[in-house]
Amino acid sequence: MAENKSEKKAEKKDKLFIDDSYTPVEYDPQYILMVNNLKKYFPIKDGLISRTVGYVKAVDGVTFNLKRGTTMGLVGESGCGKTTAGRTILRLSGEKTGGQVLFNGREVYDLTNKEMRAMRTKMQIIFQDPFSSLSPRMPVGEIIGEAVREHNLVPKGEFSDYVDQVMDNCGLQPFHKDRYPHEFSGGQRQRICIARALALNPEFVVCDEPVSALDVSIQAQIINLLKDLQEKYKLTYLFISHDLSVVEHISDVVGVMYLGSLVEYGDTTDIFRNPLHPYTKALFSAIPIPDPTVHRNRIVLEGSVPSPANPPSGCKFHTRCPYATARCSEEAPCQREVEPGHYVVCHLFDK
Amino acid sequence: MARKKPEGYLSAKDSRRISRYNRKVTNALEKQHKRKHVPESEYLTQMKDPNNTVEFDNLHSYFFTDVGTVKAVDGVTFEVPTGKTVGVVGESGCGKSVTSLSLMQLLQRPQGQIVEGEIRVNMGDKAYDIAKMPLEKMQEIRGNYISMIFQEPMTALNPVFRIGDQVDEVIKLHDKENLSKHEIRERTLKMLDMVGIANTEGVYRMYPHELSGGMRQRVMIAMALACSPRIIIADEPTTALDVTIQAQVLDLLRNLKDKINSSIMFITHDLGVIAEMADYVVVMYAGRIVEKGTVEEIFAHPCHPYTIGLMASKPVVGKQVDKLYAIPGKVPNPVNMPNYCYFKDRCEMCVEGCSGDYPHEVSVSPTHKVSCYRYYDGKVGESNG
Repeated sequence: MAENKSEKKAEKKDKLFIDDSYTPVEYDPQYILMVNNLKKYFPIKDGLISRTVGYVKAVDGVTFNLKRGTTMGLVGESGCGKTTAGRTILRLSGEKTGGQVLFNGREVYDLTNKEMRAMRTKMQIIFQDPFSSLSPRMPVGEIIGEAVREHNLVPKGEFSDYVDQVMDNCGLQPFHKDRYPHEFSGGQRQRICIARALALNPEFVVCDEPVSALDVSIQAQIINLLKDLQEKYKLTYLFISHDLSVVEHISDVVGVMYLGSLVEYGDTTDIFRNPLHPYTKALFSAIPIPDPTVHRNRIVLEGSVPSPANPPSGCKFHTRCPYATARCSEEAPCQREVEPGHYVVCHLFDK
Repeated sequence: MARKKPEGYLSAKDSRRISRYNRKVTNALEKQHKRKHVPESEYLTQMKDPNNTVEFDNLHSYFFTDVGTVKAVDGVTFEVPTGKTVGVVGESGCGKSVTSLSLMQLLQRPQGQIVEGEIRVNMGDKAYDIAKMPLEKMQEIRGNYISMIFQEPMTALNPVFRIGDQVDEVIKLHDKENLSKHEIRERTLKMLDMVGIANTEGVYRMYPHELSGGMRQRVMIAMALACSPRIIIADEPTTALDVTIQAQVLDLLRNLKDKINSSIMFITHDLGVIAEMADYVVVMYAGRIVEKGTVEEIFAHPCHPYTIGLMASKPVVGKQVDKLYAIPGKVPNPVNMPNYCYFKDRCEMCVEGCSGDYPHEVSVSPTHKVSCYRYYDGKVGESNG
């Protein structure tokens, strides 16, 4: 009981830190998801009474809009906040610190618990590691069907057929229903995860590195499956990955993150053909090309990623940027549309 | 009506039979291994080509498990020329790691054993056969001549020892010059500096958890290179890393290889990395080599359907395709391998001959060899099988 109280108190304290420094955006019906200057800080506790001594700025200013039926790829190094951004959009990691998440025009963080519960069927997530995200004690049919029953999506009599159908869509056989996750290979498990997400008939799915843990030939199967399902059900994906070639293949729009912020975002072809931000350029130059005759000039970044608990002043990339000027360390750049639909956060493009 | 037995069902009798057989085989092999004072002549051998550092010759490494014998490596033959990098590609479970572990004699014993074949290692003036090497001799070779960079830098480093102590230990263990404590420390700092760690004094006193993934992998490389080995086995050294750090680590390995003039055996499933790093490529599938050749040959004219499928299934930046090619089906059960071509059931380019025996190696060019019936026309008998 006492523990509970102190937890609540701590939560209240953290809630005090809310950043309201964003300009609200108007809902535009062509976008299923509008994210405006989203922030998520995690408190660092220290000392005997767990005082908050600072914040890890995991997501610090992410702004993008996502059209219905398209895929947005989110790339960046590990620890840059891709996953936290995905989870924060789904309201899966507690309260946000600042910004807006409009899903179908409604602020996700303003919903009551009951409304949120209903909304959950519309937004789903596929996790990275299919080995740890499936309960080992549940048969596959139950894993896939549990949420369907909880939300009363189909009448009781049709439940079994419905699960069969979902499994069939994801390339699983009906007799797999009574098996347990440990009986499946990595690719099959990822199919189960996908089936679990799609069983609720969602509109928007966050795919958090769905193919990183899989073998190359299995990767292709899962990517094809995701694409087929998108076409069939008009799904919208937020595809988080650090594998740039996969992201280029599957996405319509790409966002590049560095240290919690979105530094560049635009159409996939624009970004890959003409990367503008110095970080994006360096990142893309590091992609290994499966052709021994091609030798690309690699841009090597000096130093390592700064700590997100204590990010550099001004532009966060200025400590490693080859084009950094005095202005970069003082003033934070804001998002600018350089080409139609191609946004960059960098002082180099202030004109 | 007899109930249908599920797939992979073993009766108690079968199970006992397998255990008995395993025990018999592994005990005999273990005894062989653990002998003391083995005369050198027993494992002394001749290199086929003195320009090679390692020659794998018809290597068979089996695992004697409770459900049957798993032929993890089943007749693998290839060479690692001095000063070159050989890339080994394949899906997980195809035996690429087991091949490299056999070279280090690090197979999980007693279940895992090299049962047949030779691994010849060039020691300069003489050559040794690793497959016949007794345990006590192996210790002198590991680290000094052959060393390994493991895949997961987090699990491969000991979390309760400082970085400095862990690198020191390697040098101390393989030290032949009777270095003092201070000299060992100096050498460790030099190694850390060589792999591009800026704050060497600081890192020397740090624990693994204080370092990032890329830094840890650098420490692993420093440990592997501490005794200037002639052969470096890199087992997926960049799989757990980001592209930017991966690029740094690859550059580092390439430069270091030239600096100490050693050969690298590079194991990965990323074809992009292979294209950048390797001089020769070996493609493995289900414990056997399906194709080998120089990197240009493999990438310009992939011959085996598996190699072709592998290349088509990986999206390439700058190349647009509507649908990725996915190799249908899955790898056959390693306990019950078919007696025809292992890839036949997944192959979309089958010809009539495919239901015959496992195809032997066919030379497409002097360096390019492939095991596939599609290249048999008129070339049968040319190959060594």
